[in-house]
Amino acid sequence: MRSIEDIKKDFPIFTNQKDIVYLDSGATSQKPLVVLEAEKKYYENTNANPYRGAYKLSVDSTSIYNTARHKVATFLNAKYDEEIIFTKNATEALNLITFSYGLDNVMADDEIVLSIMEHHSNLVPWQRVAQAKNAKLNYLYLNKDYEIDDFEIETKITKNTKIVGILSVSNVLGTVVDIKKIIAKAHQVGAVVVLDISQSIAHMPCDVQDLDADFVAFSAHKMFGPLGIGVLYGKKELLEKMNPFLMGGDMIEYVYEQSTTFAPLPHKFEAGTQNVGGAVGLMTAIDYILSIGYSQIQMHDRELITYCIEKLKSLPYITLLCPKDVNHISSVISFNINGVHPHDVSTILDFNGICIRSGNHCAQPLMRYLGIDSTCRISFSIYNTKEDIDKLANALEKIYVKFKKYIDNK
Amino acid sequence: MNEIDEIYTDLIMEHSTNSSNKKQIENPTSSMLGHNPNCGDEIKLELKIENNKIIDMAFTGHGCAISQSSTSIMIDTLRGKTIEEAKKIIEIFIKMIKRENVSEEEKKLLGDGIAFENISNMPARVKCALLSWHTAENMLDEVDK
Repeated sequence: MRSIEDIKKDFPIFTNQKDIVYLDSGATSQKPLVVLEAEKKYYENTNANPYRGAYKLSVDSTSIYNTARHKVATFLNAKYDEEIIFTKNATEALNLITFSYGLDNVMADDEIVLSIMEHHSNLVPWQRVAQAKNAKLNYLYLNKDYEIDDFEIETKITKNTKIVGILSVSNVLGTVVDIKKIIAKAHQVGAVVVLDISQSIAHMPCDVQDLDADFVAFSAHKMFGPLGIGVLYGKKELLEKMNPFLMGGDMIEYVYEQSTTFAPLPHKFEAGTQNVGGAVGLMTAIDYILSIGYSQIQMHDRELITYCIEKLKSLPYITLLCPKDVNHISSVISFNINGVHPHDVSTILDFNGICIRSGNHCAQPLMRYLGIDSTCRISFSIYNTKEDIDKLANALEKIYVKFKKYIDNK
Repeated sequence: MNEIDEIYTDLIMEHSTNSSNKKQIENPTSSMLGHNPNCGDEIKLELKIENNKIIDMAFTGHGCAISQSSTSIMIDTLRGKTIEEAKKIIEIFIKMIKRENVSEEEKKLLGDGIAFENISNMPARVKCALLSWHTAENMLDEVDK
């Protein structure tokens, strides 16, 4: 097992930004050198438009693209490579599902059930479907520990439910959702599940066959991969029945003046020249994760989360927003300093070289449900250390001291 | 923490935590909600205009220290001004934040608003400082119609 100090050296940003404490991997992770080099090497040695040319370079580019697809399929334990569709990011993957599956399969008075924790990307597109089809949008709400009760699952997912949209880990609260239970309940009533694993894929494995998942979406950039490439997994029998989402080059069979027949999977859903460089980066990021291993990643997450919560709990002016059971928290923690706005906290932390996110985290319905406007959010990755958390805690103390005299005068 | 003290000055901190302008006014002649969807800041401005003059102004809502203090200081600066004068001051403030040329004479018109001169060093916070000024600009434009 490699030490965290050693692993951190894999990431050039920490050499170039010497004193930075990066606590925003939930927004995007930093990139290891191997990923950057793999992408560069592709452009230097094999770059050509995939699927187009009859010449060797284009054939090689196509072959690399499909190797990446196979890598992702193996990573997710998909049955077939063509169940993997490359997209721009998780948002595009989720839009593809709502437009190509949702609009054609959700009917008037059907129910779409989402958790109140959903990121806007697995929520706003479903509002569009609900409005267009006169369907109902219902939400799974949280108990006082920021978790979804069994009762909520049992009563909200009904025989009228056609779609269940659920994330594996909340990007605000860090809550780990029991997705297996939700998928089982959804299938019991004949609903299709749209699973957003953007926040968990860098931290926990995803076995689509074991989960019996219908659709799964994630972005490469949150799991050490490059920006601009994401993945949609869909069960073959579902994808085959769906209409294309984006139309244009490469996704067609025969194009006539008035009509077109479409290419088989996966090409039907991959219109236009594809991001082969990004796919190479993603493939390398998968190898990187596997080389460290999910078991070390999770051990490290546990250690940091436990330490961080302990540390933040020792500061009496901090309000934590996370599940009580540390084992139900992934790598994200939201908190507030009483009386200080999260934007002021993140600005002052930035002056101390500490990067955290503040705001509503693309989850406005959740914020409204919790009765707050915004939170400070920290999120960890394999390169974070206890020292990062100590620096954070020291800086939070300084902020509180600065603001205290004004708050006390109130 | 020198840079921080330059932004989070006593003046700004006092206005953000303890503003006498944070209230509702009786029978306002107009009111408007300013909203920054990125951070969730929401500020409602109320205005009382008589004989083309701002005789009172106040705000309610929530936001960070920068947006709250900027609103409160703006109200201190604009109260008692004619619509014309107020519009001019708002224009100067926005110009200053955008780092466009502002003369010393113009700066004097800003009153304590000058405290936000350095906010452009923090691009992520410019929106916070401008929120209520843009809202006031829109309100006065409507009054003028």
